[in-house]
Amino acid sequence: MTFTAPVLNYAQLAPMLIVLGGALIGVLIEAFGPRASRHASQLFITVASLVAAFAALVRVRNQSSVDAAMGSVGFDGAGVLLQGTILIIALLSVFLIADQENFTALAAAVPGSSEERESLQLDLRVTEVYPLTLFAVAGMLLFPVSTDLITLFVALEMLSLPLYLMAGLSRRRRLMSQESALKYFLLGAFSSAFLLFGVAYLYGYSNSVTFAGIQASITGGSGNDVFLLLGIAFISVGLLFKVGAVPFHAWSPDVYQGAPTAITGFMAAATKVAAFGAILRIFYVAFANAEWQWKPALVLIAIVTMVFGSVVAITQRDVKRMLAYSSIAHAGFLLAGVIALSKSGLDASIFYLFAYGIATVGAFGVVTLVRDSAGEVTDLNRWSGLGKRSPLVASVFAFFLLAFAGIPLTSGFIGKFSIFSAAYETGSTAILIAGVLSSAIAAFFYIRVIVLMFFKDPVEDGTSVVIPSALTTTTIAVTSLITLILGIFPAPLINFIESSAFFIR
Amino acid sequence: MTTSTSLVYLIALPLLGATILLLAGRRSDKWGHLLATALSASSFGVGLYQLSQMLNRPTEERGVSQKLFSWISVGSFNVDAGLLLDQLSICFVLLITGVGTLIHIYSISYMSHDENRRRFFAYLNLFIAAMLLLVLGDSYLNLYVGWEGVGLASYLLIGFWNQKPAYATASKKAFVMNRVGDMGLSFAIMIAFATLGTVSFSGVEEASHTASKAALTAIGIMLLVAATGKSAQFPLQAWLGDAMAGPTPVSALIHAATMVTAGVYLIVRSNFIFDAAPTAQLLVVIVGAITLMFGALVGTAKDDIKKALAASTMSQIGYMVLGAGLGPAGYAFAIMHLLTHGFFKAGMFLGAGSVMHGMNDQVDMRRYGALRKFMPITFITFGLGYLAIIGVPPFAGFYSKDAIIETAFNAGGVKGILLGGTALLGAAITAFYMTRVMVLTFTSKERWEDNQHPHESPILMWLPMAILAIGSVTTGFLFTRGHALVNWLSPVVGEHAESEEMLLQPMVVSGLALLAVAIGVAIAVMKYQRADVETVAPQNVSIFTRIARKDLMQDSFNEAVFMRPGQALTSLLVKGDENVVDGAVRGIGRTALGAGASLRKTQTGFARSYAALILIGAIALIAGIWVVTQ
Repeated sequence: MTFTAPVLNYAQLAPMLIVLGGALIGVLIEAFGPRASRHASQLFITVASLVAAFAALVRVRNQSSVDAAMGSVGFDGAGVLLQGTILIIALLSVFLIADQENFTALAAAVPGSSEERESLQLDLRVTEVYPLTLFAVAGMLLFPVSTDLITLFVALEMLSLPLYLMAGLSRRRRLMSQESALKYFLLGAFSSAFLLFGVAYLYGYSNSVTFAGIQASITGGSGNDVFLLLGIAFISVGLLFKVGAVPFHAWSPDVYQGAPTAITGFMAAATKVAAFGAILRIFYVAFANAEWQWKPALVLIAIVTMVFGSVVAITQRDVKRMLAYSSIAHAGFLLAGVIALSKSGLDASIFYLFAYGIATVGAFGVVTLVRDSAGEVTDLNRWSGLGKRSPLVASVFAFFLLAFAGIPLTSGFIGKFSIFSAAYETGSTAILIAGVLSSAIAAFFYIRVIVLMFFKDPVEDGTSVVIPSALTTTTIAVTSLITLILGIFPAPLINFIESSAFFIR
Repeated sequence: MTTSTSLVYLIALPLLGATILLLAGRRSDKWGHLLATALSASSFGVGLYQLSQMLNRPTEERGVSQKLFSWISVGSFNVDAGLLLDQLSICFVLLITGVGTLIHIYSISYMSHDENRRRFFAYLNLFIAAMLLLVLGDSYLNLYVGWEGVGLASYLLIGFWNQKPAYATASKKAFVMNRVGDMGLSFAIMIAFATLGTVSFSGVEEASHTASKAALTAIGIMLLVAATGKSAQFPLQAWLGDAMAGPTPVSALIHAATMVTAGVYLIVRSNFIFDAAPTAQLLVVIVGAITLMFGALVGTAKDDIKKALAASTMSQIGYMVLGAGLGPAGYAFAIMHLLTHGFFKAGMFLGAGSVMHGMNDQVDMRRYGALRKFMPITFITFGLGYLAIIGVPPFAGFYSKDAIIETAFNAGGVKGILLGGTALLGAAITAFYMTRVMVLTFTSKERWEDNQHPHESPILMWLPMAILAIGSVTTGFLFTRGHALVNWLSPVVGEHAESEEMLLQPMVVSGLALLAVAIGVAIAVMKYQRADVETVAPQNVSIFTRIARKDLMQDSFNEAVFMRPGQALTSLLVKGDENVVDGAVRGIGRTALGAGASLRKTQTGFARSYAALILIGAIALIAGIWVVTQ
């Protein structure tokens, strides 16, 4: 038996390695760093490794290879775009996370215990959230570039495990936060099991775990079709769970509500990019030739997801739950890009992911600002009249909502427009009709919040908008600016995506 | 088509004003209103210059366009942000900037006591810019941006006095009802894009020759929905009356002359679609006919002078929509009525504002009376507008409304008789309720509350009224002389086609219309001039009056038809999400475990029901794929 040393393309893996390295340094700081300077040094390490990873990514942006890591990681234009998007979103989210007001003082303390009181009095900070974020980001970077099923599974777990913990870090309503974390964990584990099951079936079908091998088997058509069917179905369950598509969505409203808002923003934006990146790659590369098997089912899921998310969002009374249902609806719109299975579908999906991710971080950033003495106020009734009290903050939030609704002059409009036209070009008329109808319904509940903020009288119950910290201000300003610019001059980004987005097979 | 680089100034000037005033804040309180007025006036100047340029070019080269930048380019699909000024849009440009400037001037005085006057002028300028973008956009998408823009500006203006709760509610109602219309426009754009592959006016016009009738009908109907929302047409008319809560100059600018007529512009601009989709066109006429009667009937019962004028606006726009629905024979007349209406209705709204100014903001006409003596200029200018709207020759409304009634009669067959009859009856009711307004306000006995000292308004207010009054006297004659407007518009809306056989000769129609007007006026004079008018609306009135006072039950209608079913549907879905899934799981569990399981409170959030849902979903997914594959 001979042992071949693995050949790794370190330049192409550098973004992930840098982020992982940063995370490990973070762990060391947690263990050995002096408590007083921990927060500052953690923040510095996190920001520095994200920026360095981005720089490393820019350096290798024009390379592509199937073999970045022994056939397990592919490196191509679409991968670069998705990784870049994840890094930008992560950086903006870290700015929100840095505002520690929302996090528990000591994550390990039991809610209501004397330990917790003590930690609050000592004004402790949870600094472990930074290495956790970096671990999650590393998993997210790997997820859309995995080209075999084992790496895909590892990446999924790598991004999920830190997120489960982070969901439980809320400073207020800790029981709810911990409940959501546990729920997320249990259901996440359940769906991971489905994914793993699917991996086994696909191996049984094709005798291979690489996307290229599965693709070859499907083209050859020699395998057992029942295994292929079960494999596609189970893998889909695992991936659709992560993006919150109906009927695998049930966790998302609870978790979005329970998690600290900054984490919710990060999770909603970055996880969606990573998971849709993986979905796009696996369906465009591995399953493309089995289109006739999965397409009808996925079309149905997409339609149900759009309609369900939009309709149920109407009745939500909590801003975070409403955004959760809105993100379910957006997952449906994004599935339209997957179903298109064309170059324009891929371009549109990547643009949509970028635009949606940026706006989502911004919107949750605004949510962190509306507070009373007991922390964030997420009850929508108490947001009424916000436009009179803080016109600027309310206008920015309204702008993000309009972007979600897809009103012209926002990035959301261009995103919806291009994704629906891609779906239409490939003949998915049903998707187009359902998409347009549910955008109409969705527009209604976004508008409802705007009406509430601007046309209702303010409530006098201590709800107020805090002066945001410099970092939070940066995030909100940058995200709203990008959302506006992409609405007016989307052409440069669209052209860039068009020229570089492709999957290596 | 000729290109120009100066079209953008039309929009940029007022937009600049809005930006400066909003950014400079309180610092610009002293001069903000003057700057806004000057910029609006210079935009009007640019419009006049464009008109003179246009007149110098031969007919087929009159349209000019300007590409601003490439907006969306996705694959083979391109949309440029571009402007288009042709014979149709120049009419609107001059109306918007001309009447707009007059209203700016009027507002300088009308709003002089308001500490937020600068903000008001910033919104006015913003509105002008958005409205110009609406009429200058060269594609449905660009039009849509302006369409949303005027919406935004109008909510800001209606809700300007938003410290008063009723006003904020009105603004909200306008906002919500307009969303329904806007949704129609976005559907129209999406359908156009999906079926024709383009959204520019020229592209859609070209594609409409070969497109399927079904697609064009769908686009047409969606455009009509959009028009009903913006132009307060049946069944989306309910917001206009409530929107009167805003300052009166706003009502004059937005709810009389410009924004509410955007629906008519949209229909006329899309003439190529409606000409190829007769079903959609028929719906347009029906909507127009219903609204013109609806508005007229509501107008008879309103005691609030602004609401009476709002009902009348609704009704007059009904005439325009009716005209626009009659095809090439009616487009030009619809635009003509739109322009004359812009003059006389804006003038009357400003007149109403002047009356309110002199009467401590009283709006109840039952508390007016005999103001002729105290406000002679207001009386004369309002009176000229009144003669124009009821259609007395030679005032403007006579020419434009008569043309629509005549075209309606000649639409052919039973349809022609029905439409013509409705339009004629509407004219009689218009004469009745407008005479009622005139009599109650100016000529009947005084019924003022105590401490009223009516007085004429200052020159900055009556000068715009006077200029608009001149317009309401002369424009009808000018537009019809030698078919000036009809010929001017024909390159855009198609050659004006006289119907082959006329049901009624023009002279007969004019005679009938004048007779109808005379009857309406006579009844109103008898009822209100001769008899004493009560200061409080009598309650023991017929059921019809009561229904009319309640805006023909429009709110109850909306509630019953839209609100309740909508609420029921959503609560059903939520219940489904909360109970059915969990309930089903509990049901299965109970069956399995026998009677041992106790009933639990209905509560969501169980991780196990979520997991069960995932399982059910996975099984359904496999079953789905299985069925497809077999």
